[in-house]
Amino acid sequence: MYQYDRFDQAMVDARVEEFRDQCQRRIEGKLTEDQFKPLRLMNGLYLQLHAYMLRVAIPYGTLSGPQMRALGDIADRFDRKYGHFTTRQNIQYNWIKLEEAPDILAALAKVEMHAIQTSGNCIRNISSDHFAGAAADEVTDPRPYAELLRQWSSFHPEFSYLPRKFKFAVIASETDRAAMRLHDIGINIVRGHNGDLGAAVYVGGGMGRTPMIAPLIRDFVPLDQLVTYAEACLRVYNRYGRRDNKYKARIKILVHELGAEEYTRQVEAEFAHLLAQNIEPPIAELERIKAHFAQPAFMPGDVETSQPDVGDGKFAVWVDRNTHPHKQSGYASAVISLKPVGGIPGDATSDQMRLMAALGEQYSFNELRVTHTQNIVLPHVRKADLFALWQQLEAAGLGTANLDQVGDIIACPGLDYCSLANARSIPVAQRISERFAANGKGDTLGELKLKISGCINACGHHHAGHIGILGVDRKGVENYQLLLGGSEAQDTSLGKITGPGFSEDGIIDAVETAADVYLRERQDGERFLDTYRRIGMDPFKEALYG
Amino acid sequence: MADALRFRTDNAVDHPAVTVDAYLEQSNASAVRIEPGDDARDLLPHLGHIRLVEINFPAFGDGRGYSAARVLREAGYTGEIRAVGDVLVDQIAYLRRCGFDAFEPDQPLDPSDVKMALARWPDVYQSAADGRVPIWSQRHG
Ligand code: SF4
Repeated sequence: MYQYDRFDQAMVDARVEEFRDQCQRRIEGKLTEDQFKPLRLMNGLYLQLHAYMLRVAIPYGTLSGPQMRALGDIADRFDRKYGHFTTRQNIQYNWIKLEEAPDILAALAKVEMHAIQTSGNCIRNISSDHFAGAAADEVTDPRPYAELLRQWSSFHPEFSYLPRKFKFAVIASETDRAAMRLHDIGINIVRGHNGDLGAAVYVGGGMGRTPMIAPLIRDFVPLDQLVTYAEACLRVYNRYGRRDNKYKARIKILVHELGAEEYTRQVEAEFAHLLAQNIEPPIAELERIKAHFAQPAFMPGDVETSQPDVGDGKFAVWVDRNTHPHKQSGYASAVISLKPVGGIPGDATSDQMRLMAALGEQYSFNELRVTHTQNIVLPHVRKADLFALWQQLEAAGLGTANLDQVGDIIACPGLDYCSLANARSIPVAQRISERFAANGKGDTLGELKLKISGCINACGHHHAGHIGILGVDRKGVENYQLLLGGSEAQDTSLGKITGPGFSEDGIIDAVETAADVYLRERQDGERFLDTYRRIGMDPFKEALYG
Repeated sequence: MADALRFRTDNAVDHPAVTVDAYLEQSNASAVRIEPGDDARDLLPHLGHIRLVEINFPAFGDGRGYSAARVLREAGYTGEIRAVGDVLVDQIAYLRRCGFDAFEPDQPLDPSDVKMALARWPDVYQSAADGRVPIWSQRHG
């Protein structure tokens, strides 16, 4: 994985010193809260309902064992011994003291991490496929391109005061595991007609109150023009994106209002102009970055290619659900579920983080990933090691076998932490996972992606859930709308609201009712989403409201 | 105008800037003021006659002026580009990179703060309008 050189380290160190100085000025009263706010936000420090929250960037969700261990140690030293992995492949600490924030940034800088641009109206942490570099179906490892864009977007002088926040996703496979088309810019690295790699660029997707699926605006950008093309996309947005209304300021609205064709025309004109400005990094830089992502020294495929048959049904279920095919025979990617029954989705204790760090070092070539579904991946595990790995996970409460199942819920922080929330998300997630564990239906449902947001901002991706839940405020009472039929995969679609909302008790029952309709109607091999797409909304409505 | 913080040695233009619309109508002024909604490219045919472009930031969070300045520099404009309005010390380094070489904010800047802000970053990651050699070029000689 990528390692800082002296340039990268100097940039992060300078940022720590800058923020230490700004915090000092705030504490001494030389900066008002109004003046301080945009500065702390650029370092990922939010003021939440009860305390400061610090969001730490995990670029494209990749981290090493020592980095994961440092995250655990920070949770011990500065927070309440846990952290929360987010849908942006980041981690958040919810109980931070302002005076300690610079020390946290310093501790992060020691392991080549930071909180730069994890908030504010700038280019945010770039997300990617959590199986990058391991997936059997990828064209290439997408992360070198994400790293190139990370450096380009860090402290970008022109794009630090955009109309709104801006999110990139970079993938390199047909199967989309990163909700690529629900980003401001989605990039899919593809092989062109001549065999060269290039970028297919999608612009103007997003969730929030006006969810949109990004249209393709360029099917092939040569890799030695990628930064220039991104610069053109951003410049058109910075100049013409709406600034009169915060809710219409994302690039999806600009692309929608101009039309994809006109936006593309403007980008192409700007691109032609910028090509003459020579702003592209040398291709040697891309090669340098790529060298950091060289394949680990896998054992040859014919040595111990199969996992042990230990006659333990529980282990077999975990392997079946929580591992993913690897490009190297004899290996698999293993997913550690942070969704135990009744747990808080995405939370991990400091001890669990340290254990995952050690397991990543021992079994996965010192690499871990954070998924946007708030789980942790060990990307390169020998199949022969899976059983030993699983035993250690089980012992630490990390062996839940529910990847992409109804219990693998995405939930935003909601009213328990977030000052924008209308309703609680976490308790609803906990109750749903408990309900489906208790009634045994969870095991029979197969793939069912359930996503919960505590307000219209959609941090819990409710539009993209096979089942989505949206918390709304109804005359001061928490109320929940139910959505069906969303998907964030390569068949991206947006969920539709079933009808009137439900109380907290009501929404738990409603999810079970919808699951029952599926169990009754499904045909061979159909997932919940397939059945919904075949039979439509009516049978579900009937069961819910009939 | 005398209090502008300038990073140039020529004499400052001594008359007020006109709006872009007014400039395009009469076009004999040598100072123009760009508001966030104006298109800096409208001025490109006239750059040879302009000595000062003021770019106004009614609110520091409105970043359109950064693009306006770069567009002018990329077109070869070498006259003064002055940031006016709600401009804080925390934006100075980025503004310099985009081609601004003078500052006259509503709230005067403390010169020592400005010096510190400009010295903070040893290097930069991107090419912009200030000619600094980005890190990725330094890495490859
Ligand atoms: S969806 Fe709303 S409630 Fe949930 S984290 Fe985002 S802003 Fe907060």
